[in-house]
Amino acid sequence: MSEKKMSEQAVDRPGRFGAFGGRFVPETLMNALNELENGFRSAVEDPEFRKELSYLLQEYSGRPTPLTLAEGLTEYAGGSRIYLKREDLNHTGAHKINNTLGQGLLARRMGKKKLIAETGAGQHGVASATVAALLGLECKVFMGEEDVRRQRLNVFRMELLGAEVISVTSGSRTLKDATNEAIRYWVSHVEDTFYLIGSAVGPHPYPEMVRHFQRIIGDETRAQLLEKEGRLPDDVVACVGGGSNAIGMFTPFIADGGVRLHGVEAAGEGLDTDRHAATLSRGTPGVLHGSLSYLLQDEYGQVLEAHSVSAGLDYPGVGPEHACLKERGRVRYTCAEDREALEAVRLLSRTEGILPALESAHAVAEAVKLAGEGSFDSLLVICLSGRGDKDVETIRSELGGE
Amino acid sequence: MENRLDRAFQQDRSRRVIPFIEAGDPDFNTSLDLVKLLDGEGVSAIELGVPYSDPLADGPVIQAASERALAEGMTLPKVLQLADAARAEGVRAPLVLFSYYNPILRFGPARLVQQAEAAGIDGMIVPDLPWEESEELSRFAGERGLHLVPLVAPTSRERIRQIASRAKGFVYCVSSLGTTGVRSAFADGVEAFLDTVKQHSPVPIAVGFGISRREHVDRFMAHADAAVVGSALVRQVEERREELQDPSKRRAALDGLRLFIRDLIGEKQD
Repeated sequence: MSEKKMSEQAVDRPGRFGAFGGRFVPETLMNALNELENGFRSAVEDPEFRKELSYLLQEYSGRPTPLTLAEGLTEYAGGSRIYLKREDLNHTGAHKINNTLGQGLLARRMGKKKLIAETGAGQHGVASATVAALLGLECKVFMGEEDVRRQRLNVFRMELLGAEVISVTSGSRTLKDATNEAIRYWVSHVEDTFYLIGSAVGPHPYPEMVRHFQRIIGDETRAQLLEKEGRLPDDVVACVGGGSNAIGMFTPFIADGGVRLHGVEAAGEGLDTDRHAATLSRGTPGVLHGSLSYLLQDEYGQVLEAHSVSAGLDYPGVGPEHACLKERGRVRYTCAEDREALEAVRLLSRTEGILPALESAHAVAEAVKLAGEGSFDSLLVICLSGRGDKDVETIRSELGGE
Repeated sequence: MENRLDRAFQQDRSRRVIPFIEAGDPDFNTSLDLVKLLDGEGVSAIELGVPYSDPLADGPVIQAASERALAEGMTLPKVLQLADAARAEGVRAPLVLFSYYNPILRFGPARLVQQAEAAGIDGMIVPDLPWEESEELSRFAGERGLHLVPLVAPTSRERIRQIASRAKGFVYCVSSLGTTGVRSAFADGVEAFLDTVKQHSPVPIAVGFGISRREHVDRFMAHADAAVVGSALVRQVEERREELQDPSKRRAALDGLRLFIRDLIGEKQD
């Protein structure tokens, strides 16, 4: 079996990762999901599609992104040598563009001229609006009213790119509700609209498709580290909200038993409070947004609100493949609190001159702990999924303007 | 074991209607009175909506009702109590639980089916459980003589035959694309869609989503066995919720709702 086949075999039966995944959606969408799956499978086999995607990833987004040896952070942690996979250097500032370019090209190939997307902080919304502008597609972005208020600059960015931002006033008015509303809109406009989901969540084939478009992170990392060090890493660390950067980073390493994989969720104000987003640590199996995975829910199956200082991790669900990797014990899932992430922002800024996104800072916080326990000849890779420019306002108010 | 749904569509009347209410909106006792009222008007079946935090097949009217019912403390076990209380007070209409899948999964599908049957529930509609995912719940339901009612949509196309041919109870036909709620117009071809479903279904078919007036019911009676009226009724309840919770105005508010139902289906004839 080829290496790629080995690492992607976690799809046990159509659309399932072990017990998780599936398609829990209104009947109205079922044929659209079948068409999407067929369109996806035929696109990724098509050399022309692959060529165009590679071209855009390279010439438009700036891939491959560097794998930077973090000497200052390594010295601070005092153990494993730390490398940073620089997804923050992508166009639009995060890994999100890997997926939006892939799905955007797929939408065009399937003859859909209208995109819809959900967004929390606005990163996926900006990446979707960017690709829509590039490919000449219409784009509507659903965003919770609360997030619209918190992220006014990103709303303006999306509008500047020609997208329409729809403020969602239902439920908790954040990412969960923006996703509900995007699905409701899709149910009404399924025949001419492509739903561009931003994370490794949603009904089949989205989790598998998003993984496919994001695994370039791990594929590059693996090749770059082999070239620099002649061997694979001992530890790989990524933050997990829905989990797209993590699944993209982990996938090529899953078959390498010697590589320890660590997913870091947001513990918000603490796991023992009700203000966190640690779905895998504190959640239970349930269905949200079309798939069976772990979920923050009450005893009656009502979905709870999540909390994290980082809007990108502020989600009560998680991608179904992560639920499977947790149950199989292949990935260790842990979490970092708001204050640890904020501290990690300052640490990486001062030791490396790199301002990480608050999401990525959760991975940095855990990595520093792990590296401190590692020996000098061990190698650790952090997926630095995005840059922190978007978070400067939040960081300033949280750190008290220091 | 007899299921009340099996004879529900044999009523000899010109308009057969299945009303939907959101259980617990505005409160448990009002929902119970509504079930009794609807039963008294001779409706074909009654859908009891289980409130859910993320009702993604529903439009704004039922979303808001769901939020109110949750705030009121309504839960899936209490909806079962509601059905049980309705049976204890002599309600004879078939009762159909309308719930998203997650509350069912959390409660436990086998346990739910067992308790639902004991509470006098006849069927279940789960709007986010397409047939590919429904095998387990369908099997449990079958063992207890409950019907898991499938949905078909205008976009189902070749799936219509697969879904309708093995349906139990009735087939719920979604009239047009989109979420639940009042519409000014239905899609072209809706009658042809209903006729296709009818052709493949061994059981009666009902049409829902957007049916709010007597003319809609009349329009569809030639192509379907019943019409589901949801958001329009939920809105009527919403508009009267203060009166319904005020003892001095409650009776008048219930009479208003009775008139709304009579306007939809006409006076009970037997």
